[in-house]
Amino acid sequence: MEEKTILERLRREFPAEVEGAAASPLGEDVVIIGKGALLPVMAYLKAKPEDYAMLLDLTCVDLRGEEPRFEMVYHLFSLTHNRRLRIKTRLPEEELRIASLTSLWKNANWLEREVYDLFGVHFEGHPDLRRLFMYDGFEGYPLRKDYPLRRRQPLIRLKD
Amino acid sequence: MPNRILKQARQDTMLLNMGPSHPAMHGTIRIMLELDGERILNSEVEVGYLHRGFEKTCEHRTYFNLLPYTDRLNYVSPLINNLGYVMTVEKMLGVEVPERAQYIRVLMSELSRISDHLTCLAAMAMECGAFTAFLYKMKAREFLWDVIEQTTGARMTTSYIRIGGVRADLHPGFDTVLKKAIEETRLVLKDVRGLLDKNKIFLNRTRDVAVMSREDAVAFGWTGPCLRSTGVSYDVRKAHPYLVYDRLNWEVPLGEKGDNFDRYMVRMKEMEQSLRIVEQAAVRIPKSCRAFIAEGMAPAQAIKESRRQRVREDIALSPNLEGSEEARYPDILASDKGYVVPPKEETYTSIEGLINHFKFFMRGHGLRPPKGDVYFAVEGGNGELGFYIVSDGTDRPYRLHLRAPCFHIVSALEALIQGRYVADVIPTFGSMNMIGGELDR
Amino acid sequence: MSEDKRKRLPAGQFITTQFNSLLGWARKFSLFHYPFVTACCGMEYMSAACAHYDIDRFGAGWTRFSPRQSDMLLVVGTITQKEAPVLRTVYEQMTEPKWVVAFGTCAVSGGIYDNYAVVQGIDQIIPVDVYIPGCPPRPETVLDGLLKLQEKIQHQEPDWRWKKRRS
Repeated sequence: MEEKTILERLRREFPAEVEGAAASPLGEDVVIIGKGALLPVMAYLKAKPEDYAMLLDLTCVDLRGEEPRFEMVYHLFSLTHNRRLRIKTRLPEEELRIASLTSLWKNANWLEREVYDLFGVHFEGHPDLRRLFMYDGFEGYPLRKDYPLRRRQPLIRLKD
Repeated sequence: MPNRILKQARQDTMLLNMGPSHPAMHGTIRIMLELDGERILNSEVEVGYLHRGFEKTCEHRTYFNLLPYTDRLNYVSPLINNLGYVMTVEKMLGVEVPERAQYIRVLMSELSRISDHLTCLAAMAMECGAFTAFLYKMKAREFLWDVIEQTTGARMTTSYIRIGGVRADLHPGFDTVLKKAIEETRLVLKDVRGLLDKNKIFLNRTRDVAVMSREDAVAFGWTGPCLRSTGVSYDVRKAHPYLVYDRLNWEVPLGEKGDNFDRYMVRMKEMEQSLRIVEQAAVRIPKSCRAFIAEGMAPAQAIKESRRQRVREDIALSPNLEGSEEARYPDILASDKGYVVPPKEETYTSIEGLINHFKFFMRGHGLRPPKGDVYFAVEGGNGELGFYIVSDGTDRPYRLHLRAPCFHIVSALEALIQGRYVADVIPTFGSMNMIGGELDR
Repeated sequence: MSEDKRKRLPAGQFITTQFNSLLGWARKFSLFHYPFVTACCGMEYMSAACAHYDIDRFGAGWTRFSPRQSDMLLVVGTITQKEAPVLRTVYEQMTEPKWVVAFGTCAVSGGIYDNYAVVQGIDQIIPVDVYIPGCPPRPETVLDGLLKLQEKIQHQEPDWRWKKRRS
C-alpha cells in the first residue's frame, strides 16, 4: 500500500518521468524514473512532507548485455516516517552522465566519487570529481563486468 | 594523491601529511593538512589504501563461499557483518530461522558489538595518552573473545552465522564462561569510567571539540553511535527490528551536543545496554533438544552398520566430524533442504543426503535465489550496515554492494576539523571509529 | 656467593664467547618494532602486544613509529597496490640492521584476495625474514614467529667490520 501511495504521489507530481515501480514482493518501495528527472524528483522527495532527509546509499550496477547498460540505484531514508525508498534509473553506455546530488545531500560527494572511480559514470555538477579508491595512473574502471578480476597495474616494480 | 589541497595550498602555510602508515593504529588513511602554525586551514582525506576489491571478488564466488569475505569487512565486529549478509540472503530466499538460532545470533552479535566499542574507545584513549585504558579494555576484550572462540572456533574472523541459522550450538559450559566475561567487562568499564569520565585532560581534549549538529549529521548520512550522540534517536534494532530484539528490554542511549565526548559516552552506555541484552538472551534462550547419544561406534563401523540396516537411533560419529549430534540441528539450522549444508551423518549414510550435499556444492547448483534485488540493514558497530544484492538467478551474486556506515562518517571529517588544532584531529578521528576494511571495502 | 663458587667460574670472573654471539644476544632481546598495521591482523597484533599474550617479555615490547628508530618492520595486514610505494619507502628509510616480518597471510601471499588491488605477498616488494601465516594468526603463533626471528638474529653472519679485519 505504501508503494502505491508513493508511486501515485510521484506520478502526480512528475507524470512524464516516472516509469513505474518494479514488483517488490519483499515489501520494499522501488520506483524507476527516467534519468533526466533525477534532480527534481530527489528535491521533491527531500522536501517536506515526504521528508526523505537521509541519502543512505548510491550505487551502480553494470547490466552487461542489456540496453541501457548501467543502472543507478539510490536508497533514501526518512527519519520522521521511518521508511526506506529505492530509486532506480538507467544510463546508456554512450552517454554515461547524470546529475549530481551534492546540492541536496552532503555525503553524495564521496559516494559519487566512488561510483565514478569504479564504473566511470560522470556526475554533472559535482564540485570535485576524481578517483577515490584507486590511485592516479590506474586505467579503467574495475567494477565493470569487462574489467578482468586479476588484471594488475602495479605502482612500483614488483619482483616475480 | 591529495591533489585538491596540493593545488589550493598557499605559499606561506605548511603542509603536514598524516600519512597512510598511521601510528594511531587505524591503519591506512591519509590526512593532508594545511596549517597556519597549529591551526588547520584546509584538509583533505584520502582513502583507498585498503581497497581489497571485495565487491568484485564477491561476483565470482557463490553465496556460501563468500561468507569469509564478509568477516573481514568491519574486522572488529565480524559477527555483525556475517549477520547482515546472511539476513539479506535469507530475505531473498524467504528462509525461516529457528528460534534458538535467533537468540544465539543476537547474543553473538552483541558480544561482537561490545568488542567493537571496546577497541574503538581503547584506541581513542591511547592516542590521547591514556595508555592504561587501552590495556584494561584489551583485557576485557580477551575475555569476550574467549567466549566467542569456545562457541565459534575462532577468535576473530569466525564465519559463524550461516544462511539458515548458525554453524554450531552453544557448548555445555557456555553459561559459566559468559558470566565470567560479563563480570570482567563490567569491572573494566567501571575502572575506565573512573579513569576517563571526569579526567580534566580527557575532557579538555574531547568536550566541545568537533561538534556536529543534527541537521548536518543527517545530511551527511551519519548513523549509529555518531548520529545518536547528536541527539537523533535512530537505531536499526528499534526502528526496523530484526531477530528477537523486540522481545528484549533495552534502551538506546543518546547524546546532546555531538562532540567527541558525547560520542565516547554514547559508546560506553551502549556497551552497558549490550551487556543487558546478552544477559537477557542467555536466560530466555529456548532449551536445546539434545537427543540421546547412542553408545559410540567407530566411524567406519558406524557407516558399515548403517548400510546393512536402517539404523533407527542416532549414530555417534567422531566428535571431529561435523554434526556428530544430528538431533541438535533442528535447533540451530533451518530445515529447508535447499539452503543449508546437510549434516555429515546424512551425507555419509543415506543416498538422499549425498545428493543433497552434491547439489548444494556443485558449480551451477546450490543456493539460487530468484531474480531481483534486495536491501537489508542491520545495526553494525558504526551504524546502519546495509547489503544490497542483485541476483540474476545463478548461484553467484550478480552485484553485491555494502552500505558502509563509516564511509559516510569519515566523509564528514574534513568539515569537522576545519579551523581546529592539529591535536584535535586525533580524538576526533578516534571517536569516529574508522575501520579500513569497511571504509574501503 | 662463596669463595669456591668464584673459583669454579672459568678464568675467574670472565666468560668467553664470540663477539657475534654477544651481538646477536643483544640484538634479539631488544627489538624495536615498527607495526605497519593495515587491516584485520592489527587486532591480533594488539592482542599479542597486550596483557594476555605479552610480547614485552621477549624484549620486543616497545613500538617505535619511526623507521629510523626501529629495527624490525612488522607488516601487519593486507598491502594493496596503492600502499606498496609507501611500504617500500618505509623499508628503505630504516637503518641497518633491519628485519622484516610478514604477519598474516595477506602479507605473506596476498591471502584470500587474488584481484586487481592486492599485492600477492610483500616479498614482491621487500625481502622478508620471517613469515607468520594465519588469518589472523593466533597470538601464540605470533610469539612463535618472534622466537624464530630471534633465533635467526642470534645466528646471523658476523658483522662486516670484523670480517674485514680478519682478511
